[in-house]
Amino acid sequence: MSAVQTNTVPQVEEHDRAASITGRAYLSALMRDRVAFIAAIFLTLLLIAAAGADFLAPYDPNRANLGARFIAPFGTARDGGFHLLGTDELGRDLFSRLMHGARVSMSIGLLGALCSGAVGITLGVLAGFYRGLLEDLLMRAVDGMMALPSLLIALFILFVIGPGFGNLILIFTLLHWMVFARMARSLTLNHQQHTYITAARAIGASDTRIILTHLLPNMVSPLIVLFTLEIAVLILSEASLSFLGFGVQAPQSSWGLMIARGREYISSAWWLVVMPGAAIFLTALALNLVAAWARAITDPVQRWRWLTPPRRKNQPIEDDE
Amino acid sequence: MPYLLRRFIQSFILLFFLISFVFVVGRIIGDPALIMLGTSASETALDQLRENLGLNQPIWQQYLVFLSDLTQGDFGVSFRYGFSMMPSDALRSEGTPVLPIVLSRLPATFMLAGTSLVFAFSLAVVLGCLAAMHPRSWIDNLVNVISLASVSLVQFWLGLILIIIFSVHMGILPTGGFGTWQHLILPALTLAARPLGRISQVVRSAMLDELSKPYISAARAKGVPEWRVVFVHALKNASIPIVTITGDELSQLLTGAMLVETVFAWPGVGLLLIDSLGRRDLPMVQAGICVVAALVIFVNLAVDFAYTVLNPRIQMDNRGGRA
Amino acid sequence: MRAMQQSETQGAAPAPLLDVRDLRVTFDTPHGLVRAVGGVSWTLSPGETLGIIGESGSGKSVGLEAIMGLIKTPPGHVSGQVMFDRRDVLTMPERDRRQLRGEKIAMIFQDAMSALNPSLTVGTQIAEVYRLRRKCSHADAERKAIELMDRVKIPSAKTRIGNYPHEFSGGMCQRVMIATALALNPQILIADEPTTALDVTVQRQIMTLLAELQREDGMALVLITHDLGLVAETVDRAMVMYAGRLVESAPVSALFEVPSHPYTRGLIRSMPRIDGASGKLHAIGGTPPAAGRMPKGCAFHPRCEMRVERCGIERPNLRPVGKNRAAACHLAEEIPHV
Repeated sequence: MSAVQTNTVPQVEEHDRAASITGRAYLSALMRDRVAFIAAIFLTLLLIAAAGADFLAPYDPNRANLGARFIAPFGTARDGGFHLLGTDELGRDLFSRLMHGARVSMSIGLLGALCSGAVGITLGVLAGFYRGLLEDLLMRAVDGMMALPSLLIALFILFVIGPGFGNLILIFTLLHWMVFARMARSLTLNHQQHTYITAARAIGASDTRIILTHLLPNMVSPLIVLFTLEIAVLILSEASLSFLGFGVQAPQSSWGLMIARGREYISSAWWLVVMPGAAIFLTALALNLVAAWARAITDPVQRWRWLTPPRRKNQPIEDDE
Repeated sequence: MPYLLRRFIQSFILLFFLISFVFVVGRIIGDPALIMLGTSASETALDQLRENLGLNQPIWQQYLVFLSDLTQGDFGVSFRYGFSMMPSDALRSEGTPVLPIVLSRLPATFMLAGTSLVFAFSLAVVLGCLAAMHPRSWIDNLVNVISLASVSLVQFWLGLILIIIFSVHMGILPTGGFGTWQHLILPALTLAARPLGRISQVVRSAMLDELSKPYISAARAKGVPEWRVVFVHALKNASIPIVTITGDELSQLLTGAMLVETVFAWPGVGLLLIDSLGRRDLPMVQAGICVVAALVIFVNLAVDFAYTVLNPRIQMDNRGGRA
Repeated sequence: MRAMQQSETQGAAPAPLLDVRDLRVTFDTPHGLVRAVGGVSWTLSPGETLGIIGESGSGKSVGLEAIMGLIKTPPGHVSGQVMFDRRDVLTMPERDRRQLRGEKIAMIFQDAMSALNPSLTVGTQIAEVYRLRRKCSHADAERKAIELMDRVKIPSAKTRIGNYPHEFSGGMCQRVMIATALALNPQILIADEPTTALDVTVQRQIMTLLAELQREDGMALVLITHDLGLVAETVDRAMVMYAGRLVESAPVSALFEVPSHPYTRGLIRSMPRIDGASGKLHAIGGTPPAAGRMPKGCAFHPRCEMRVERCGIERPNLRPVGKNRAAACHLAEEIPHV
């Protein structure tokens, strides 16, 4: 059963036209969709906070201050320090810790998606381009691996090889390349039927050149949508693995690990559980919203809605006497 | 070859690959003795364990022994489960066979996953149908919000939030454990969130598709009441994508239960697995993984079987890939 | 417009079975409000066969769907009056309206294959009507379904009752549709392009069947089509629609003899003729206007060979132009003489 995935593949003919729409049109379309716009701003701020946590965080995330333990959000410590999201069991500022945790969570999401994307897209394009046995075997492997419970397998491997940042990336690459491979293959198959590929062949372009200059650039937008979604998926998986103790290890801290720590104080200091989880939720939500927006705007069927001026409601097109 | 037979063989091969994978990761990438006793164990203890487990034999021979044991339902014995003494002392005893222990935990997991799925599925079908009947209404928006939120949520966090609200603050439901129906509510709700969102979204879009088809107008034209048009005529034709997503979500539930069981101390396979990971109980972990994975594969097979029942004109050989 | 109805109700014709007055259907689309049917009035007498002719998009199907209550509101909006049995169908509660559908007015559709539910057996779909409306037992409903299938000449109905629509041919599917529609002996049958999707030979069989059944049951038939040949053969009276409005209404023989509207004339001239009287086929130039882009004045004037200045300014109303006929053209009286 070499299943052909068609559901996520946009119509290819439209891609050339999509490419001609300028970045400014996209930006103004983004501004018009208020929800997606807020989500995009949130993600931008999050990236800035994660990258500049060393300079931007109000407190040292690892400095214990036993005089300021368990301060509730918006509370002030006895020494006068204001804590926006409160403090934890060692008096460390939760907001600062979240900013540093963002760096770990985001970089795992980004790196994991990049690595699995690189592997998956390479394999998928090769399979779609050369077909034959390679494609058969690959798609069988994809079908098989997608049918297995990935969290369980990730746990088992991490159990054997040990937890940690690098191993997490390795696991995510190993267990998440399939979605990219599947999409890259079907996009490749789609594009290959087009005349411009035949034309490129006819003038003697090498396979490498066809793939790099003709195929890949035309596949960018759907792959970026998938990439955005995968970041969200990976951030959630990382949180789960860290929560179970098989992800990021102290002294590094990610949002998932913070929830696991906060769980011990659930009856007295709810914010230690609620805040890091909220950070994960909002980040994943923002990524999903932006991905949904990006999909809508690159989808030929829906795109006109965003790239044409908004209609005036109930405006009759024809006067009816 | 008949479609279902082929799917059956494929599932079997997949299971075989999985078991081999577990062997490779456990025995070749890792050192079972080291995994089970930890890095602090003495060299003599490690050697003794290697001797006991037959780890000194050639690897292919170990593999064959592993496989033939499996066919007899022997996943090895645990020296950790139920032993309170030092691991090195426990090694001198007979050990406890792991498979019966894993299987004894299944009913609890089934109960949790089943309750969640039944709840999520029925609510999702109703919500999705209502949303499709009234596009752009508040209920349609609600379905969109639920489905977006459910894929952005970490389940264990939702569980903890529910504990904070219902156990810590309101004090009306237990924080965890097993026994009465009150114990079931919070974990089942937690686990139901994700399938609720995903299934209702699929129901909505599949029903939107169906409701715009000519046979729906025709059914209305012959005076079929609207509820029957939606829930009998359209829903039956929308069932293929709905069954697909429900099957996917059931597989997800079986692994998602792992985290939820941990949060609520629900004594299912998931909790056993996590505890065994913490106890470095390799045979138990291997058995747990194989059992859960076999269940997931079985669910996928069951979904394929359901297709043939649901769609009278299914084209077995060129059915499109499942999302 | 009232004039036309009066002229029709006056004569020997009995009180109309269905009286449609100023029916309008609009849709709220992302592009704005689009008018699909704009102020259409007509009547249907018992037992009569009425043809509604028009190109796709002329509003001929939408108008009938609105009468059946098959337009989703919103985004659709239906106004006007449709009198049946002294009640306005459009304002009656949904329950009564559903009672009407199937029971009094039935409808069959263009593509019968897709108008049948693919996951239910044809027997179930025919029997469903009896089960729901007559509260028949399962066995009773099935027996009646078989009788109906015999009546619409589906061979070996007893064995085929358990088949699914995809196991039938297009013509057989249409027969199943007809059987379903006839189940409760409706007074009006609306047939929306019933033969368009079928082969020519099957087309003829279906039309013969419809005519036979109509004769037996005495029901009125509204035939929606773009096929003038079909109209000429089967219909008593014909109405021509263009861009959501009626442009001409006349007894069918009169219509074909001397059309009173340039559009009707264009349609008739573009028909291939078997007798070969005129060797040349005329096609109407241009395309019908999109629902959102109606020209000012007469909707047909940009394509009309006979347009005068007035046509681009003032929209002609449908007015009587002789016995039992009406046309919406400023030059209606002159057309037969051109």
